[in-house]
Amino acid sequence: MEFKTILFYIFSAVTIFAALRVITARNPVHAVLFLVLAFFNVAALWMLLQAEFLALALIMVYVGAVMVLFLFVVMMLDINIERVRQGFWSNLPLGAFVGLLMVAEMGVVLSGRYFGLANFPAQNLPADYSNTKELARVLYTEFAYPFEIASVILLVAIVVAVMLTLRRRKDTKAMNPADQIAVKAKDRMRLVKMAPEVELPVAAKKGGE
Amino acid sequence: MVSLSHYLILAAILFAISIIGIFLNRKNLIVLLMAIELMLLAVNINFVAFSHYLNDLSGQLFVFFILVVAAAESGIGLAILVVLFRNLSSIDVEDLDSLKG
Repeated sequence: MEFKTILFYIFSAVTIFAALRVITARNPVHAVLFLVLAFFNVAALWMLLQAEFLALALIMVYVGAVMVLFLFVVMMLDINIERVRQGFWSNLPLGAFVGLLMVAEMGVVLSGRYFGLANFPAQNLPADYSNTKELARVLYTEFAYPFEIASVILLVAIVVAVMLTLRRRKDTKAMNPADQIAVKAKDRMRLVKMAPEVELPVAAKKGGE
Repeated sequence: MVSLSHYLILAAILFAISIIGIFLNRKNLIVLLMAIELMLLAVNINFVAFSHYLNDLSGQLFVFFILVVAAAESGIGLAILVVLFRNLSSIDVEDLDSLKG
């Protein structure tokens, strides 16, 4: 057996184990940590498929950002595990039936000789091939508009996440920027007409002394 | 020799596991979101495997965009979850019946 094949089986076995623990873990924190393990192993599998950029992006973006966000939320919420676990196994027969049926069907279709998947040989890329460079070349030419749209989607997600969780407190003192911008010069300064103060003549002062 | 069908079957198994997870965790919203992440991961494995074996980079570009959308989705989903917990003090799916007539 080739060494790559052994690696494939190790990584996929750990991935499947971690995925099973994600859905059965009692503690949601453990579930998040097993999900991190699954992501790491899938990143290793993508390395085997010579998709280095995506493998690293999966680790950095997913494990580094999204999973940490999950951890934050799980630890922030005070979840009543007992209540959530009530009737946990009652849905297992139906779920296992559907899942096993899916795997069996896909296995029959994909592993059979008739689908012709063995006809696709694995690529043998040269050693100086840069996956990141090639991806960038396609991304910034052919997929430039989808790339821009993706950035807009992320911006919208930021705004939505902030606005959803924003809580306005009544006792904070804050300025209203709209009022500040709309202010006119005449609102700021008021000219008041009043009688001039008359200074007494010098002679009259002297006479008083 | 690892063939394309190895990767596709692995992705099918992962997808089925996450389907079972959705069946099992009918009450826990956080684990439901995690099962959805697993599903997207299984789909991404398919994309990368096809991209490698068909020698076409478009598949990896699609994975890139799926990652973007999935990150946005989980960010908004968790924000909704936090607001929900603030209002209901629970994340049980069965408590979400205020729209029920």
